[in-house]
Amino acid sequence: MKYLDEFGDPELARALLDDIARTVTRPWAIMEVCGGQTHTIIRNGIDQLLPEQVQLIHGPGCPVCVTPLETIDKALAIAATPGVIFCSFGDMLRVPGSSKDLFRVKSEGGDVRVVYSPLDAVQLAKDNPDKQVVFFGIGFETTAPANAMTVKMAKEQGIPNFSLLVSHVLVPPAITALLESPNRRVQGFLAAGHVCTVMGMGEYVPLVERYHVPIVVTGFEPLDVLEGIRRVLVQLEEGRAELENAYPRAVSAEGNLPAQAVVREVFETCDRAWRGIGTIPQSGWRLSPAYADFDAERRFDVSGVVAEESSLCRSGEVLQGLIKPVQCEAFGKECTPRSPLGAPMVSSEGACAAYYQFRRLERPAVTA
Amino acid sequence: MCLGVPGKVTEIFEAEGTRFAMVDFGGVHKRVCLAYVPEVVVGDYTIVHVGFALTKLDEKSALETLELFRSVGLLDEELGRMDDAPAPAPASAAEAG
Repeated sequence: MKYLDEFGDPELARALLDDIARTVTRPWAIMEVCGGQTHTIIRNGIDQLLPEQVQLIHGPGCPVCVTPLETIDKALAIAATPGVIFCSFGDMLRVPGSSKDLFRVKSEGGDVRVVYSPLDAVQLAKDNPDKQVVFFGIGFETTAPANAMTVKMAKEQGIPNFSLLVSHVLVPPAITALLESPNRRVQGFLAAGHVCTVMGMGEYVPLVERYHVPIVVTGFEPLDVLEGIRRVLVQLEEGRAELENAYPRAVSAEGNLPAQAVVREVFETCDRAWRGIGTIPQSGWRLSPAYADFDAERRFDVSGVVAEESSLCRSGEVLQGLIKPVQCEAFGKECTPRSPLGAPMVSSEGACAAYYQFRRLERPAVTA
Repeated sequence: MCLGVPGKVTEIFEAEGTRFAMVDFGGVHKRVCLAYVPEVVVGDYTIVHVGFALTKLDEKSALETLELFRSVGLLDEELGRMDDAPAPAPASAAEAG
């Protein structure tokens, strides 16, 4: 399709790779924040085509992966409640809670439905006035405009049996947490293009200045990712730390202003626990007081949920870029996409799933 | 779910006071809300997240970016001819990987 095929052109990729090879003189570590970019990198072997001095560290930008276990457990409890239709994006259904997942709840008789858009859930609420319809509203700044508009419409249209279980996460506070970490290895960032499509680029200016780190707003096709990497490397080699936009066809400096306005009306900023990482201050959105009536956590009593992680899973270290998925002992054995121990093995944006899909046969020999 | 997908707007209509479109994602057609992109018209390309269009793809920028990539390639040839020590690094890195 137009605007997809051109940005996967192998000859232009070769040209970018050659330019990168000429640019690099020293070892550098770059993080791609977004799990969509991780998949582009692994699927196309971009990490293996780069000069050996360039290390790509996979970031925490997988919404399914970082949704707190406690929230998953709350979703399971609500979904199992009689009279509830629980709606979710498809990739949440296999995410492991403390003892089961949404698929299990469905097989046990819960009315769990996969929807493409939160608007589909509102339609279900209209069609089933005798049921409580709950939508699992998670994601980064990219899904927030959809979820926010859906709640706004539900309020305006007076749909009393619709509510949202919301756990939104934000990219800039996560980058800040990574930069503040004593384990910091990342020297430059590829910022997630579509997050900036919504929010613009302004939030990254203080990060570039305060931490003297190059940040390049980057798209998702192979050439986009290569260009993002190339621009970060050029900055690093020249000792510069600037904010650049390598994805101008979809990102403007100010972002989508109507979307920002609705998001700010419906949501408010809050501290948020990231699964595998811990609590990051002011890194989430929850429903604002004006929309509290649509908060599923108020509508259903889920306060007694106690969450417990698998002891085998090392997804926290994967999400912080401390280990690669194949370094986890459970990878491909106890933990597979069909039977995942950790959320990164589930999602189309999870790093473990990317390695399982494209790299599991290349796993290096493990010394006993 | 976080992945934005580009598609082409083939039809625009109103439903309950809001602008919607049918968008062609390489053969798959979906109903998409246009509330956040009032400027989009039929024939435009847009990036869609979970049923909402978030931006109109800027054709001029897309062509400029591709042109930039091509110029990197041209520069490559120029430098390859001028450079007396062309770097074979990428090829060997690819083989090693």
